[in-house]
Amino acid sequence: MTEIRRDFIAKRYAAERRFRFYGAAALALTALFLAILLVDTVWKGLPAFTEHRVLLDVTLDAKEFDAAKPQAGDYDTLMKEAFRAEFPSVKGRVEKKALNALLSSGAGDDLRSMVISDPSLIGQMVKAPALLSDDSDLYLKGFQTEVSFAPGNAMLRVAPLDGEEGFLLTGDVAEQPLALAVGQVVRFEGGALRIAKLESGHAVAEALGKLEADQLTLQPGQWDIATFSVPEQDRRIKDQQVLWLETLKAEGRIEQGFAWRFFTDGDSREPELAGIRGALVGSLLTVAVALVLALPLGIAAALYLEQFAPKNRWTDLIEVNINNLAAVPSIIFGLLGLAVFLNFFGLPRSAPVVGGLVLALLVLPTIIIASRAALKAVPPSITEAALGVGASHQQAVFHHVLPLALPGIMTGTILGLARAFGETAPLLMIGMVAFIADVPEGFTSAATVLPVQVFLWSDLPELAFQSKTAAAIIVLLVVLFILNAAAIYLRKRFERRW
Amino acid sequence: MNAPVTFQTLITPEKPRIMAERPTKIAARNVDVHYGEKHAIKGLSIDIPDRAVSAFIGPSGCGKSTFLRTINRMNDTIPTCRVGGDIVIDGQDIHDPKLDVVQLRARVGMVFQKPNPFPKSIFENVAYGPRIHGFARNKAELDAIVETSLRKAGLWDEVKDRLNHPGTGLSGGQQQRLCIARAIAVNPEVILMDEPCSALDPIATARIEELIDELRQNYCIVIVTHSMQQAARVSQLTAFFHLGTLVEYGDTDEMFTAPQEKRTQDYITGRFG
Repeated sequence: MTEIRRDFIAKRYAAERRFRFYGAAALALTALFLAILLVDTVWKGLPAFTEHRVLLDVTLDAKEFDAAKPQAGDYDTLMKEAFRAEFPSVKGRVEKKALNALLSSGAGDDLRSMVISDPSLIGQMVKAPALLSDDSDLYLKGFQTEVSFAPGNAMLRVAPLDGEEGFLLTGDVAEQPLALAVGQVVRFEGGALRIAKLESGHAVAEALGKLEADQLTLQPGQWDIATFSVPEQDRRIKDQQVLWLETLKAEGRIEQGFAWRFFTDGDSREPELAGIRGALVGSLLTVAVALVLALPLGIAAALYLEQFAPKNRWTDLIEVNINNLAAVPSIIFGLLGLAVFLNFFGLPRSAPVVGGLVLALLVLPTIIIASRAALKAVPPSITEAALGVGASHQQAVFHHVLPLALPGIMTGTILGLARAFGETAPLLMIGMVAFIADVPEGFTSAATVLPVQVFLWSDLPELAFQSKTAAAIIVLLVVLFILNAAAIYLRKRFERRW
Repeated sequence: MNAPVTFQTLITPEKPRIMAERPTKIAARNVDVHYGEKHAIKGLSIDIPDRAVSAFIGPSGCGKSTFLRTINRMNDTIPTCRVGGDIVIDGQDIHDPKLDVVQLRARVGMVFQKPNPFPKSIFENVAYGPRIHGFARNKAELDAIVETSLRKAGLWDEVKDRLNHPGTGLSGGQQQRLCIARAIAVNPEVILMDEPCSALDPIATARIEELIDELRQNYCIVIVTHSMQQAARVSQLTAFFHLGTLVEYGDTDEMFTAPQEKRTQDYITGRFG
């Protein structure tokens, strides 16, 4: 019986435990990073899937709107006027502009589509949703500032200041400090005042907009105090706009709904109107071109190289170069596309057909390599069996080897396409980075693709585009997940064991 | 058709008795096979009779499988392989450029060492050969061919209720009989078997051996085997290969009882190999 060195065995087990721990730790760290990425993206992107609308009563005047041509009417102005009518006290130019800024420039779009689908609405009074602008939307989603209201439970006197802009606020007892703070807004029937300066016993305030009366006395309960968590100069939405929105909200006129236009509209300079449809269609068209070109070419090349080509120096050279091509940075393919497809062949700029050609070149090596591996994985005994009953080499390949390799080829192709789907750099070179508002109608119309759209939006200064960017990433990831799931399904479904 | 090629009767080492009773099916003269630099078969000549089982025995690497694969030109698929000499089946040179290798392989069926059914249904496995050669004009004829082939392979009763099940789902022995049925389905004249029982258990082996014995009534069968007992049980002729040459060739009962060559005796008695 050999003497067992216990310390050796203990060391061995310790090493194994350590190794398992390293593996688990690496996995945990990876999962953590992935989770952070996903949670962050989803968290940022989810708000972009909803939008806020204000419900307005409008009358579609039969004189201005033609039932035969419902798409021609000026719905935006109609909605804007209806919105302004909600706040009759707003008078000045600056104030009106601030009020208009609450509505999106496409506020009439929903009404237009309502009327187009039902022209009998013309001549009637309609309750129509008007899309709010990105700033209003962000405020209502809680991104700009929090606001809280407290009832004013003391008497407050308001009087204009002598010789300068502003108002003096005093309580009912002189020298008693007012329960107010700088930046707070006193809201009452007929106007709102923001506290600018606070002194013992009185406060200096500036009017938001125009007051109905210069001098007034507010009894307890007639006014309330709005407190903002972010000072006005640090946000895009003004105090007065917040108050307007809060009024509408209190009246129950604001509704929140799923932002279908994110999926049905093309890109826009206005964040609330910008949609992913153009990029999604562009991506699908581009990838379709890439698939149609790369799949048959890739399979044919792999079949020839693997099954028919004589093994000599030339095929070796080709093989090495295919492997090299798979490692070429994708931007090089973009340059190639620019030089060859655009400049030499004169194909249209920014077009899915050129993008597809470039991406086809990009994924071709991947598809060839994956297909060759799949063909190689078919046991030679299957070929021999087919040859043994008198099948020709080609019959053996097409009847037996190719069908057995197809799941592997499909998996490789789908993973290649997933790569093409997420590819940005080469498409920048061929002009698919332009701002294109229209949904592409064909393979030669100007288009952009999802990852480029993400790139474009991430560059824009508007805060609302941040969540649009994240939402576009979510859409891109979902498409990629679907592609990968399809690859896994195909592999599992058609995998043969022998 | 090509003019029949005739050879003088082989006299190495001495003409087996069984050759006198049956016509020669396959005649090989001075066959050389090279795999690249390796000279695998050196000037081999042999006559193989029809309607009998000929067994090739010998140590690993002696060239018996290589020679078997030369008979239906399966070695063509190996790029580095070169074959010299003449092989004649029924008076027809198999290396004749006018001969279609596909037709040759339909005439000379092959059963491989490892059962290799197509990953398709049992029916499709058997029907594939007849289909690509256009043997059946309609479904009924194809059904008949499949049934006959499976019956001849002794598999019909076991699989007749599950012809649509995958062939790969059968047991090893059943798979090998399916492969035999597949080979029979194209109505070959010669069946080459490359160690058909090496992957099977003794019971499955016994079934295959029985089957080979039945098939010998109608086919010329050549079997490569590592099992001396198997060669003794199923074959009428035995050829002993060593280092790429045919050492001895004769009636099986004589080979195993009174081998002429010392090397044969050593191999059979297990002294080398």
